[in-house]
Amino acid sequence: MSKIYIGGVGLNRVGRHFKKDIVDLAYEVSLEAINEAGIEPDAVIISNSLGNVLQKQNNLAQYISSSIGLRGKTAYHVEAGDGSGGAAIHIAYTLLKAKIASSVLVVGVEKMTDYPSHVTHTALSQLLNYEYEAYYGATLSGIAALIMRYYMKKYEVSRDAVSEWPVLMHYNASKNPYAQIRKTITKENVKESQIIADPLTLFDISPIGDGAAAVLLVGEDYEHQLEEKPEVFLDTVVHHAYELELTLREDLAALPTVRETVDLALKKANLRIQDIDVIELHDSFTITGLLILEEAGLAERGRAAYLLSDGRFRHGDKPEVNLSGGLKARGNPIGATGVYQVAEVAMQLRGAFPGLQSNSPEIGLVINMSGIGSSVSSIVIRKR
Amino acid sequence: MVWKLSPVSVWRHRIPRYRLIGKECKKCGKHHYPPKLACPYCGSRDLKNIELPRSGIIETYTVIYEVGEEFRHKAPVVIGLVKLDDGTRVIAPITDVAEDELEIGLRVEATFRRIRDGDHFGVIGYGLSFRPIRTNVSKTSS
Ligand SMILES: [Zn+2]
Repeated sequence: MSKIYIGGVGLNRVGRHFKKDIVDLAYEVSLEAINEAGIEPDAVIISNSLGNVLQKQNNLAQYISSSIGLRGKTAYHVEAGDGSGGAAIHIAYTLLKAKIASSVLVVGVEKMTDYPSHVTHTALSQLLNYEYEAYYGATLSGIAALIMRYYMKKYEVSRDAVSEWPVLMHYNASKNPYAQIRKTITKENVKESQIIADPLTLFDISPIGDGAAAVLLVGEDYEHQLEEKPEVFLDTVVHHAYELELTLREDLAALPTVRETVDLALKKANLRIQDIDVIELHDSFTITGLLILEEAGLAERGRAAYLLSDGRFRHGDKPEVNLSGGLKARGNPIGATGVYQVAEVAMQLRGAFPGLQSNSPEIGLVINMSGIGSSVSSIVIRKR
Repeated sequence: MVWKLSPVSVWRHRIPRYRLIGKECKKCGKHHYPPKLACPYCGSRDLKNIELPRSGIIETYTVIYEVGEEFRHKAPVVIGLVKLDDGTRVIAPITDVAEDELEIGLRVEATFRRIRDGDHFGVIGYGLSFRPIRTNVSKTSS
């Protein structure tokens, strides 16, 4: 089987980039990835979710690719909410496996700070079922709050216990130069911060920020074109779609979609979860971070928070989880998030992550999700 | 950026939304809401409409302070996940309730309410909210 290598990566610090528009953000990271790899891509996948609402711009793949000097290439735009990045990686992987393209640039970009936050929240609620959830005033945070309250009651998990998650994410992000929020917090801060959707506070949700990340993927047959041989390859990419509605879940305190895709990705890669060294997972909310740990087989149901308080999953453990600071503190620029995760794991495996660096990791896993599990990409990344 | 309610879309959804019409799967027997064209549990496309029970319990709830633009004048918005008496779940606003009355397990019933105000097309969005079932009127009014 031919291997798909990560030839170059580019990242912006997530934040409020008032002077840059969506094309400027995409340009910087694309150039980084192209320059690192030393080749121009022959296809471009733009991963973006909210641009047609917040920038009122459609035709996005054409608009961005032609604006950044990639005119006349195959170009697609992928939209799958905050799971867009994983879906975009899956399409790039497929094009390369099929040898339809020899090199593909995946650019995740989201511009979320052009309006006050309630406008961005309105746009984000379009990740839900509009007619039967958002119509009634439910927001994405509101749906996460429904799950968190149910989970805390069902498994008798306290507010302080679940706060372990944001506290660890903020600590990890404090070392990451690309993170939006680089300040440590305490459990008291979490409890006392502004209520967004009870019981979720400001520190239980990922912040609103602009961001862009790019990876340049190349097929094995073309890797000789590269100036330096890439060290890291995409082993397996699994992407599945599911229903959007919380009302259709058999268990409200579960993300079966995560379990299915992680199990399948590991099986295809001939690995067990215990083999994974570093993970970047989709903690769009405190509760989704904890549920993903449980669904990935890293904690018993209802136990993830207690494992964190025992010191698990931090720098130096196996696996190390979200050394970037996760969506919680690195940031969650929706359509760009999955591409950040892939770039970060690739940098970890190369030993070149500028924040908390894992000690000689060999195998990494990305879990990227849209909404509260309406699509999931599970991606195994390895060192050659 | 205020969402415009489409008069046509509001009309199209009136039956499932106002009368709580879900689907029953003819293969596995399970009910679901909102209505789909295939069963979310077994995948069968052999479904029939079913009028769901109009009472149930709050299985979980939230009070949303950071609301979308159209709900800013109503904030905070109380949203419940209601488990109807046949086990089908519905997401809906919880109304006529004090915040300290809210609890998991509270019995509620559907009531027809204005959900969203008219915008410049003049369309008002109606739908079902759920309110506590008051068995002892004198107790709640004291
Ligand atoms: Zn069925």
